Amino acid sequence: MEKQFRESIGTALDDAKLSAALGKFSVDYKVNRAKIYEDTDFEALRSQIAACKSYAAEHMEELAAEFTKNAEARGAKVFRANSPEAVREYILQVAKDNGVKLIVKSKSMATEEIHLNPFLEKEGIEVAETDLGEWIIQLAGQRPSHMVMPAIHLTREDVADIFSKEVEERLSSDIPRLVQLAREKLRPKFLQAGMGISGGNIAVAETGTVVLVTNEGNARLTTTLPKVHVAVIGLEKLVAKFADVAPILKALPRSATAQLLTSYVSMITGPAPTDDGGVKDLHIVLMDNQRSAMAHDPMFKEALQCIRCASCLNVCPIFRLVGGHVFGKVYTGAIGTILTAWYEGLQQSEDIQGLCIMCGACKDVCPGKIDIPSLIMEVRRRLVQNEGVPLIQKSIYQVVNNRKLFHGMLRAASVAGKPLSKGGFIRHLPLFLSDLTEGRSLPAIAATPLRDSIKKIEQPKGLQEKAVFYAGCLIDFAYPEMGEALVKILNKAGVEVLFPEGQTCCGAPARYSGVYEIAAKNSKDNIDALLSVAADYVVSACPTCTVALNEEFIATFKSLGQTEHLARAEQLAAKTMDFSTLVKKLVDEGRLSLKEGQQLGKITYHDSCHLKRSLRADQPPRELLQKAGYEISEMFECDVCCGMGGSYSVKLPEMSAPILQRKLKNIKDTGAPVVAMDCPGCVMQIRGGMHQDGAGVQVRHTVELIAQQLAD
Amino acid sequence: MYELFKARAERAGAEVHRFTTKAEAEAYIVDLFQKEQVRDETGHLVVWADCPFLDEALKERVSTLPGMRFTVSREDANAAWIGISQVDGALAEIGTLVQDATAIDKRLVSMLPEVHLAILSTKTIVADMPAWIAQTDTSTLGSYMSMITGPSRTADIERVLTIGVHGPRRLVVCCVDEMGGVA
Ligand code: SF4
Ligand code: SF4
Repeated sequence: MEKQFRESIGTALDDAKLSAALGKFSVDYKVNRAKIYEDTDFEALRSQIAACKSYAAEHMEELAAEFTKNAEARGAKVFRANSPEAVREYILQVAKDNGVKLIVKSKSMATEEIHLNPFLEKEGIEVAETDLGEWIIQLAGQRPSHMVMPAIHLTREDVADIFSKEVEERLSSDIPRLVQLAREKLRPKFLQAGMGISGGNIAVAETGTVVLVTNEGNARLTTTLPKVHVAVIGLEKLVAKFADVAPILKALPRSATAQLLTSYVSMITGPAPTDDGGVKDLHIVLMDNQRSAMAHDPMFKEALQCIRCASCLNVCPIFRLVGGHVFGKVYTGAIGTILTAWYEGLQQSEDIQGLCIMCGACKDVCPGKIDIPSLIMEVRRRLVQNEGVPLIQKSIYQVVNNRKLFHGMLRAASVAGKPLSKGGFIRHLPLFLSDLTEGRSLPAIAATPLRDSIKKIEQPKGLQEKAVFYAGCLIDFAYPEMGEALVKILNKAGVEVLFPEGQTCCGAPARYSGVYEIAAKNSKDNIDALLSVAADYVVSACPTCTVALNEEFIATFKSLGQTEHLARAEQLAAKTMDFSTLVKKLVDEGRLSLKEGQQLGKITYHDSCHLKRSLRADQPPRELLQKAGYEISEMFECDVCCGMGGSYSVKLPEMSAPILQRKLKNIKDTGAPVVAMDCPGCVMQIRGGMHQDGAGVQVRHTVELIAQQLAD
Repeated sequence: MYELFKARAERAGAEVHRFTTKAEAEAYIVDLFQKEQVRDETGHLVVWADCPFLDEALKERVSTLPGMRFTVSREDANAAWIGISQVDGALAEIGTLVQDATAIDKRLVSMLPEVHLAILSTKTIVADMPAWIAQTDTSTLGSYMSMITGPSRTADIERVLTIGVHGPRRLVVCCVDEMGGVA
C-alpha cells in the first residue's frame, strides 16, 4: 500500500465533519430506503433489471447499432467513440463548428471519467456545471466524492465559503439562500450557453431514446435552451426495449435517494424544436472506453448491470468512515473500485481494492444484482497475478499451504505465546503468522488444539447418523471449546461427529488477498479430507468456512479454469451446513430438546457477514437462543460488520478499529449482559474489543450457549 | 386512481386540486392570478403554452387580465411568475405527470417560471409507469417526453431538502373531470 494512500486514510478518519456527515447519512439512508421499498418486491424488481441489463451487455454491439439507426432516423447525430480522446475531440469540434463559448452541463459521470472540463477549458471554452453539487465541486476545484451526491463531504459552512469567493461577498450558511444564489448565478448561463452537455441514464435501442433523470431541473434546461445538445453515454446504458425503462426508473430513484421518482424525467428521441423556430442540433456520443472489453469478460460483464444508484456506497461500512476521496477515484466506493480497475487501469485500483472488508452489504442492496465483493476479489486476484504477492505474504501463504508445517507452527506458537498470555489473551498472536498490531486483545493459542482433544471425547457407540465436522483454524487452534460444545450437542441428537485430520485452513485468507492458487490448493486438500469418510453431512461453526465449502472452493476452481476437482467440490457443497441451521433442524424434528422453561434473561445477537448475507441464516440462531430461554434484545445495526474481515483487521487496523468501536457501543447500548454470534472470527474481534473496553459483556458463540441448555 | 395520484403527488410536494367542470378550473386559475398578483411586469407574467384547454373562449376571457402571454419566448418565460401547460396523463402510483413536451412552449413554461400550473384531465390518469408504457406507441414517441413529479428540488448541501433550484418552486395540478369537448 502506498504511503501517501495510507496517509489519506488517516486524514479522512480524523476528519470529524466528514465522518459525522457520512455516519448520519448511512443511518438515515437505511431507514429511508427500507421505507420507500416497503410495498415493492425488491428481489423480483432487481431480477428484472439484471435480466434486461445482462441481455444488453451480451448484445452490446447489436444494441449500439440499433440505437444508432433509430436515433439517426429521428434526426440525431450518433458518434461512437472508443477512447476518451475521441470523445473529447468530437465535442471540441462540435463546439468549434458552432462558435460555442459557453457550455452548460448537467451531471454526468461519463464526462468526469474522461476529464472533459479541464480539456475544454484549456481550449478557451467556459464550462459551467449546473447540478448544485457539481457546481460546488467545480468552484472548489475538487472532484465528486459520491456518484449521486457529489458534495456530501462538504458542510453548509464550506459551501458558504466557496460561494463567497465566487461572488466576492460574505455569505451566510443559510441553505435556502445558498440554493437561491446558485439559481440566480446559473440561470443567465443557461440562457446564454451555446451548448448543453448531458449524460444519459438509459439509452433505448428500440426507439433511439435518451432518458435523463434529475431533481433540480437542470438537465431539462441544459437540453432545452442551448442550440446544441451533446449527450455522452456509456455503452452500458443501453437497453433493448422501451419497456425496460420501467424497472430501472422504479429502482434508480428509490435506491439512489429514496424517492418514488426524481422530480424530472426527460425522454429525448431525436431533436426537438428550439425557441428560435429551428430544431435542436442533437449529438449523441456512445462511449466505449473499456465497456465492450468488459462485456467480453466472463466475470466482469456483470458489472455492466450497474444503474449508478450509489446504494453500494451508502451501505458500505468503509465508505462511511473515509468517504469517496479515499475510497475511489472518479467512481467511488464498492462499484467504483471495479470501474476504476477497468476505466483507469487495473494498477489504479491497487490501493482502493484493499479497503473492501468483504462484508457483502453492498451486494445485498444492489438493484443491478451485482455480486460486487466477488468482483472486487477478482480485481485482487488479477492484481496478484500481474504483480505477484509481496514476499512476506508469500512466505506466510506457503506455510498455510503446507498443513503439517502450518499446524506445527501453530502448536509451537501455543507454547511460545504462553508467557505473553494474560487472562486468556495475548498481545501478539502469530495466528496468521503475520504482524498483528498492538492495542487489541487476541486469544491465546490453545494448549491442546481441537484435533487432539476431540480424540479424547467419548462419543456414544453405535450412532447411525454421522456428521463430518469442519473446524477451521480458529476453532481448531484458538477456541477448541466451541468444537467440543458442538460434539456434545450433536451426540445428544444421536449424531456421531467425525474429524478427518487432513482438514486444514479453508483458504479464505489467501483467497481474500487474491492469491487463488494457494486457496485452490487448500480447497483440494480439504475436499480430499472431508470426503474421505462417509457421512450424512459436513457441519461447520464458522460461517466463513461454511461459505468456503459451500461456494468458494467451486468459485476458486472456476476462476482458475481448474475443472479436475469441480465435481467433488460440488458434492462437498451439497452436504455442507452451518451449525445453527443444522441444530435448528434437529430441534424442529424433535431429535434434540432443550431444557424447558428456562429464563435466561436478555441477550443481543450480532449477525456475522457471511452467515447473514451469504448463507442467509440469520434466523436459526435467534430461534435457537429464544427456545433456550433467552430474550433477544436487538442492537442497532445488528448486521453491520464488526471490522474483523479475516486478515483485514491486521492489514488495515486503523479502519477496523472504529468499526469495532461502533459495534461495541451498539452492543452495550442494549444493556444485555451477553452477546451471541455464530462466527469464531467475530468472537475474536468482539471479545478482544470488549476485553480492552472493560465493559464486561460476555461474548459467546451460539454453540457454547446452546450446549449449556440441553435437556437431560 | 385519482385519490392515489393525489396522495402520491402531494407526498412529492405538488398541490393537487380537482374540478368537475372546465369552468370551475378556469375560475380557480383566475383566482390564483389575483392571489399571486400577476401583472405586466418582469417577474410577474403568466405564460400560457398552447393547449386544448386554452380554447378561444378562455383566451378571450383571460386576455383582459394584465401580464398574459400566449406566445412564449424564452425571455417572457424567464420573466414569468406562472407558467401554464396541459399535460397528457399521470401515473397514480408515483404521483407523476406525463407530457409530450416536444413543442418548445410547453417546455419553457414548465421550466423557467416560479410556478408551474399543470392542467390534467382526470380520465387520463393511469396506474403506473408500465401501464403508461403499454399504452404508448413507441414508434411515434414525441421528441421530448417529460415526466414531472413535484417541484424542483435538491439535497446537495448537507442533504437538506430544498425546493426550487433550477425549476419551479411550486407545482399546482388542476385535475378536470369533464373537459367538455377538449381532451
Ligand atoms: S463488501 Fe462491504 S466493505 Fe466491501 S465494498 Fe461492499 S459494503 Fe463495502
Ligand atoms: S453497483 Fe449496484 S448498488 Fe452500486 S451503483 Fe451500481 S447498481 Fe447501484
